[in-house]
Amino acid sequence: MKYKSQSIAKLYFIAAIGLFVGQILFGVTLGLQYVMGDFLFPAIPFNVARMVHTNLLIVWLLFGFMGAAYYLVPEESERELFAPWLAKIMFWIFLVAGALTILGYLLVPYAALAEMTMNDLLPTMGREFLEQPTITKLGIVVVALAFLFNIGMTILTGRKTVISLVLLTGLVGLAVFFLFSFYLPDNLVLDKYFWWFVVHLWVEGVWELIMASMLAFVLIKVTGVDREMIEKWLYIIIAMALISGLLGTGHHFFWIGTPGYWQWIGSIFSAIEPVPFFMMTLFAFNVVNKRRRDHPNKAAVLWALGTAVMAFLGAGVWGFLHTLAPVNYYTHGTQITAAHGHMAFYGAYVMVVLTMISYAMPIINGRQANNEKSQVMEMWSFWLMTVSMVFITLFLTGAGILQVYLQRYSDTPLDFMVVQEKVELFYWLREIAGLIFLIGLLVYVYSFFVKGKEVEMVEATA
Amino acid sequence: MRETFTKSMARNIYYGGAVFFLLVLIGLTVDTVGRVSKTDNMQNMTEQVAAGKRLWEINDCIGCHTLLGEGAYFAPELGNVYTRFGESTDAIKGFIKSRPKGGIPGRRSMPQFNFTDEQLEEIAQFLKYVDGIQIARDWPPNVKG
Repeated sequence: MKYKSQSIAKLYFIAAIGLFVGQILFGVTLGLQYVMGDFLFPAIPFNVARMVHTNLLIVWLLFGFMGAAYYLVPEESERELFAPWLAKIMFWIFLVAGALTILGYLLVPYAALAEMTMNDLLPTMGREFLEQPTITKLGIVVVALAFLFNIGMTILTGRKTVISLVLLTGLVGLAVFFLFSFYLPDNLVLDKYFWWFVVHLWVEGVWELIMASMLAFVLIKVTGVDREMIEKWLYIIIAMALISGLLGTGHHFFWIGTPGYWQWIGSIFSAIEPVPFFMMTLFAFNVVNKRRRDHPNKAAVLWALGTAVMAFLGAGVWGFLHTLAPVNYYTHGTQITAAHGHMAFYGAYVMVVLTMISYAMPIINGRQANNEKSQVMEMWSFWLMTVSMVFITLFLTGAGILQVYLQRYSDTPLDFMVVQEKVELFYWLREIAGLIFLIGLLVYVYSFFVKGKEVEMVEATA
Repeated sequence: MRETFTKSMARNIYYGGAVFFLLVLIGLTVDTVGRVSKTDNMQNMTEQVAAGKRLWEINDCIGCHTLLGEGAYFAPELGNVYTRFGESTDAIKGFIKSRPKGGIPGRRSMPQFNFTDEQLEEIAQFLKYVDGIQIARDWPPNVKG
């Protein structure tokens, strides 16, 4: 570790992993509620468990992004973090606010939480993924501003690299688009239209910038490949991400009362959205093949390559599967969407954060890489989680195809609940895959505590 | 990548492409906001409907149901529930009101929210308003949602 303040990342990474475990516990709970409808009812109804599952995901990914930025930016800028104390304070504020929000979801009915937090003053609650009380949202804005100030000042007063500037652009975009979460009109069409300015422009827009810059950073470090080449790739990947992704927002505007031209614009541009993800795959393998050193952290290299492949499959392939308007007419709002959501979030954002943690944590702990036994354990967790996520996605896709056929496509469409019972087998299989994912995650946590013989870096002759 | 394709070319594509398409998105957004008045059924927006929308939100209905296909996939689509229930707000109210407190053994059940009659009417009117929004190709494909 070159700069002392980089170690602040460790706090953020530990919190991220802790919340990740919570997210998955609620995930397997939801999976069980799909087949045992009365499980935990009425103490923790499905909607509450789902809020916890999705909100924990978002919060821990944000912890991961922030931790990654605090590690990456000082090293790229060749200076200490502008205000390490601010990063520490914001960590605790964000963690406490996050924990209180989750407890609020679990301990009181959502309507009571809305009343307690005076939602009526500035109503923002009750939309998917943006369920947080208004006061929490304001807190997120404060934390984001302090974070951006800290990172921004570090970058602007230090060495400016393409990686750090792209990361900063992505993070600024993340904060700016979040402001749309405060706009909640009575008009449902406009409500939904601008809701996507947070949701889509995050995950299919600016988050891709954050992801690509994190991946580029780790690849430079573990392969020793020339920065010029990596930066060229980075620019072209994020160019394609925004060129396709900005108007690709249109694939959410097919069936919400918006003009018909979105069916053409959304279909065409979102059909290009897999391209940047495919380029990321080419990029990662290309760079690893041209490596000038064999970094002893094999687990980090595995995560980096895994991210590139799984992001393409989850976001690219499974996204394209249902993005064309004539197809989406049948698949919109079915288990097909759920299938895509699971693999895309895991493949792109979960894995890139784990890549960054895998690379940075050993260095923060004072070694190039973890010992061999620990790395083997970590690689086991990689395969357990990744393969089980593939199966979760396949089973949900199976359920989705049947649902589309039975409920929407056949000549004698059936009721929603009748169909749900008919596809129950797939939900059971998904739950089993989910439990294996949980085991993989526990193996991952365990890998941090495995002791063994230290490893050393071998420089190749370049 | 070949040397003929330089980093500055890649950078220009990024900045040019991002700015251009962001402007197009803003332009289309202005156009869309201008046009939705033809489809958004706001002529039927009343205080009662707005109150129903707020109830929809603060009870996190979207956490189980989809509305115009967005939300969770645990419970039926409600964008067309007014049509599905025979264009009867009474049927909608009756359904919400009759949910058993302790759920249904072994099955999914909607919670009992203990709404007042006034609140039930507001929610039903909100769902009626949503059903009146004109969707492209009359999505969903059939009445089952």
